[in-house]
Amino acid sequence: MLDTVIFSLLIAIFVGIASGYLGSIMVLEKMALVGDALSHVALPGLAIGYLFHFDPFIGAFIFLFASAAIIWHVQRVTRISFEALVGAAFTLALAIGIMIIPEPELLEALFGDITKVVLTDVIAAAVISAVTVLLTRAVYRKLVLAMISEDLAVSKGIDVAKTNLLYLFLVSVVVAIGIKIVGTLLVGFLVIVPAIAAKNLSSDMLRYSLLSAVFGAVAAFSGIAFSSYLSLPPGPMVVFSGIAIFAVTIVINWRMKITT
Amino acid sequence: MTTTEDYLLRVSNLNVKLQNQIILDNINFSVKKGTTLAILGPNGAGKSVLFRALLNLLPYTGNVEWNEKVRIGYVPQNVAVSDVPLSVKEFLTIGKNETDAESALKLVRLDDKSVLNKRLGALSGGQLRRVLIAWALVDEPNILFLDEPTSGIDVGSEEPIFLMLNGIKKDKKITILLITHDIHIVQEYSDYLLALNKCVTFFGKSEAIANLETQRAIYGEPVCVESLKAED
Repeated sequence: MLDTVIFSLLIAIFVGIASGYLGSIMVLEKMALVGDALSHVALPGLAIGYLFHFDPFIGAFIFLFASAAIIWHVQRVTRISFEALVGAAFTLALAIGIMIIPEPELLEALFGDITKVVLTDVIAAAVISAVTVLLTRAVYRKLVLAMISEDLAVSKGIDVAKTNLLYLFLVSVVVAIGIKIVGTLLVGFLVIVPAIAAKNLSSDMLRYSLLSAVFGAVAAFSGIAFSSYLSLPPGPMVVFSGIAIFAVTIVINWRMKITT
Repeated sequence: MTTTEDYLLRVSNLNVKLQNQIILDNINFSVKKGTTLAILGPNGAGKSVLFRALLNLLPYTGNVEWNEKVRIGYVPQNVAVSDVPLSVKEFLTIGKNETDAESALKLVRLDDKSVLNKRLGALSGGQLRRVLIAWALVDEPNILFLDEPTSGIDVGSEEPIFLMLNGIKKDKKITILLITHDIHIVQEYSDYLLALNKCVTFFGKSEAIANLETQRAIYGEPVCVESLKAED
């Protein structure tokens, strides 16, 4: 039992860092709700994993990335807004997922379950988080420049479309591993809230991205710790911890008048 | 006498079609090294599209011929900086090699070092435009593309920016392509004028803008005030 708790806490730190760091871009791109909705697209992938007895999180990742890539392509061809396309995909995926997922696994898929984590899960989370953070770091400035002006980025030889696709791929990876802890319904929280809390305290990009990662780790770690201690579901506890951090940053921002 | 070597850019038979609509039709002009070419025209005339075509940001047909290895500095009209927690120092080093952000700011006469740590969104309109110009200058370009470089700032702050640009042009021997709506800027700060309205309506020395004939070519026949009735 103690092993499981320690493993869960370690996974929480790794996933929290990665989702906070990647989320800092998502929030700036004004795609916070896109990130949230996108996470629900994983449900049919989880369901197929449960039904056919393979790792449901691989199914989740395949569904997440396939959806992200299709939405990315349709958006480029049709110019329909990203939010609208993700909204449509999210509701469709939720409908399919709820129809096919076995009932005993539904709650676990929606709200996460940390009672089944093993050492290999921890190692996988550590490696995947490290790789996604490093790859995101490599394209972070390119993404920021494209955010400021796509023309400016293209004029400097940056392939904005490919960079965005790589970023969506990385988000899909992080969301897939985040689902294990907080479930599909709440994993979007880990992408959004640490970043907006960090934004309250940051006037430069380095501080913003670092604080996003730190707040992600603290929210996930403390949420899982409370969940284990109080025997409550992990997803909601992570959300409560994160919201507490966000509330504190609002007060600090207000008291110190930080220009963000 | 002007020789072929004096030209940095020659554009001939340039056409841009977007979604089956002709945006630019048979554009011909050339730009001499070390000069400023002002591009004037009403909204929708294709000025920014011309820039984007020259920067290879959209497809075109025709010939765009550069006379030497070109290093372009580009200042777009619109940038979205209000929501990005990015300091001036961080911005000036994005996509650049080792850059001395401080000296880039000195070039654009922003000597106050505290600006470096300010967030882009917290700058005044004039400061932001200067920072964007500094960003375009740090790679030591030989041509600057400025798309309404004083858009969104008050009239009083415009003149110092153009004076500064004139100084940089002379010091660094840079060629400037400048989109503007302001005839005064054309007269005072450019050497040549390209007037566009999907096609070229005038191309020649900027001083010609003072002539009625040139203004007619650019703006069409004037509307006589006498023929309009004032409302009660």
